[in-house]
Amino acid sequence: MSARTETRVWAAQRASAAVLALCVAVHLATLIVAVHGGLSAAAILGRTRGSPAWAAFYTLFVVAVAIHAPLGLRTIAAEWLAWKSRTADIACTAVGIILLVLGIRAVVAVTL
Amino acid sequence: MNGTALTNGSTMRGPDKLLRVSVWRGGAGGRFKSYEVPRQDSQTVLDVVTWIQRRVDSSLAYRFACRVGMCGSCAMTVNGIPRWTCRAHVARVAADDRLEIAPLANLPIVRDLVVDMSEFFDKWARAKGRFVPTAKRRDDFARVRPSSPARRAADAAIECIGCAVCYAACDVVAWNPAYLGPAALNRAWTLVRDERDGAHRERLAAVAGDAGCHACHTHTLCAERCPARLSPTASIAGLKRATALAALRGEL
Repeated sequence: MSARTETRVWAAQRASAAVLALCVAVHLATLIVAVHGGLSAAAILGRTRGSPAWAAFYTLFVVAVAIHAPLGLRTIAAEWLAWKSRTADIACTAVGIILLVLGIRAVVAVTL
Repeated sequence: MNGTALTNGSTMRGPDKLLRVSVWRGGAGGRFKSYEVPRQDSQTVLDVVTWIQRRVDSSLAYRFACRVGMCGSCAMTVNGIPRWTCRAHVARVAADDRLEIAPLANLPIVRDLVVDMSEFFDKWARAKGRFVPTAKRRDDFARVRPSSPARRAADAAIECIGCAVCYAACDVVAWNPAYLGPAALNRAWTLVRDERDGAHRERLAAVAGDAGCHACHTHTLCAERCPARLSPTASIAGLKRATALAALRGEL
């Protein structure tokens, strides 16, 4: 891969990590508040459904995961398994697409 | 203190004070061999190796030159940690008067404690670690303000003597043999921060990518082990920023 592409891959990994740091913190805080508040699944869905803010937040979260996780797996495959080829890139891209589809499906289910 | 005065003025402790030393002998398929070496005050690991070579087995191969931490040729793995042996005092590094001395990791063993440094220095060349002047014969001296941020960044990294301790300590070099390593990238960073240099773009292209600065996991072992107390990690972070900016500007 060219120096430019590798640099962009690295920047995407770093930028998605920064987004994830924020998203994970908000997500965990929300979970804790919901559990301690004794909210039922129906009550939680009542708040998330039809909320553009929650839809936007979790869409951003899912996109960040779909970028960050496959790039990390690609590095692990190269360094630990010496699997460093176009096939590895395709496999990691496939993981990213699967995460994106599953994640967006979940976001749609709880916000629409 | 009990002991016998030696001709050089140092004091040798009694014969009951012995160091048990395991030294790597042979090539990659070699093994550790045990020696007993008299313990002396202010004794360095290099003194121990020299004692073995001069008194026990003259075939022991090792490399050294200045003995004062300036040349960078005597680095070895001492009790699992890469060090300059000339500056590693036995009193500080030998637990229970035991020493295990091996060649530097991540480099091919030539014999005993000597490693082949070719790949290490070839990587300096691959990282374009050579200054490319822009001034012509009749140009005046470049005036670089010592207080400028670029000069200070270069200053912080400039004192590397190429001992390969950081290279031997780096996990990423072990995992990814193509990785240029902390020393070569540190050198590249000093030139990227050198306003007189004329090959910034080529150098950034050379150090970007999965064999370059982007392979670094920021384990910081290079900075932890560097006997000159430099931080190649910080230099590599600088290269990451510089290459990211260059990629954004379309210069990479």
